[in-house]
Amino acid sequence: MVSESSRALRRAIPGTALFDGDLAAKGFELNAMCFSFNEEANRKAFLADEDAYCARFRLTPEQRKAVADRDVLAMLNAGGNVYYLAKLAGIFGLNVQDLGSMQTGKPLQDFKDFLVAQRANIDPAIAGLHVSREIA
Amino acid sequence: MMAEIVGAYFTSHVPAIGGAIARGDQQSDYWKPFFDGFPSVRKWIEEVKPDVAVVFSNDHGLNFFLDAMPTFAVGAAATYENADEGWGLPVYNPFQGHPELSWHVIDELIGSEFDVTTCQKMLVDHAVSIPFELAYPDQEAWPVKLLPISINTVQFPLPSPKRCLALGRAVNRALRSWKGAERILIVGTGGLSHQLEGERAGFMNPDYDKFCLDNLAANPDALTGHSVEEVAELAGTQGVEILNWIAARGALGDISLAEVTRNYHIPISNTAAASLVLEPA
Repeated sequence: MVSESSRALRRAIPGTALFDGDLAAKGFELNAMCFSFNEEANRKAFLADEDAYCARFRLTPEQRKAVADRDVLAMLNAGGNVYYLAKLAGIFGLNVQDLGSMQTGKPLQDFKDFLVAQRANIDPAIAGLHVSREIA
Repeated sequence: MMAEIVGAYFTSHVPAIGGAIARGDQQSDYWKPFFDGFPSVRKWIEEVKPDVAVVFSNDHGLNFFLDAMPTFAVGAAATYENADEGWGLPVYNPFQGHPELSWHVIDELIGSEFDVTTCQKMLVDHAVSIPFELAYPDQEAWPVKLLPISINTVQFPLPSPKRCLALGRAVNRALRSWKGAERILIVGTGGLSHQLEGERAGFMNPDYDKFCLDNLAANPDALTGHSVEEVAELAGTQGVEILNWIAARGALGDISLAEVTRNYHIPISNTAAASLVLEPA
């Protein structure tokens, strides 16, 4: 049994919507298009004619607008999953720090600094390398 | 004659590690603290000389799409290839499979009521390849055969930590009943805490990572006290890849384990990164 509290948590984590059946159903077309980008010919076809390529995958108007606007949060709201969206982002030369910056509204360097700053939260007992036995 | 489980190797697997290797960036200020974890991993692997690796990882939209998403999938192929994951990066070396061992494990898993998906064709992505790039740098061909086990970490409902530990334990029973002379390495890849999407992108949680690292060897059942949604809250949406580590820990069996080496560092890419080796005490 899935507890009601577990199910509710899928929408209750701040700044997060867990990718479940509702989002997967909503986002199928967008994710299918992104999955196609595993092939280079498809990436080129998208770049050559973005409208035609999106039409071929029957993106919903909400999905099409999110892609046109390069709006990652809107893509997520339209059912996009980040593992697939990362392939679309790659076409634009964007990596996961760029995506983080776009989604949090932090300038890129601020987002990178925010990642590095979390090093300060590590308990010194687990930081860095620990070799417990000599290896022959 | 009996196969031997030599121990387990765990590591993060983010694609950017492959980029750092391709650029020769291992000793840069940014990457060195992560790569420093691997000389001891490699020495240990040279010492224990595995010839088969049972790898628990998750696909990132290379082999599986949402049209058919297995919760647990076991490879039974003679070879496993990597392919373009969408970024046009160099393709990693293929792996030789071990179909006879795969079918034995599948038989035992389904006999234990784990109704897994079986894959005679399976592409493996960076989640499988990068751990071997780290363990065996500059090898022309991987010196181990692969038995890949893929866990859905993409689309909820995901399997619970409890179920993943039980899966691993069932794999352990299967490996112990295999009448072969193989030296088997268990590998768990992914994590630790990280989140790529949403306004919470960039979230990491070193306290939860410490809890996992401190309990994995001696008290893995402690990691099953959370629902998988709670793991996503604690570890981040991609931090749920800890499921691969939990299953791999199960595959070591309920024996006393010794930690050989561990490394923990924040950040690589958007991820809190770790490597760990456990062996029978």
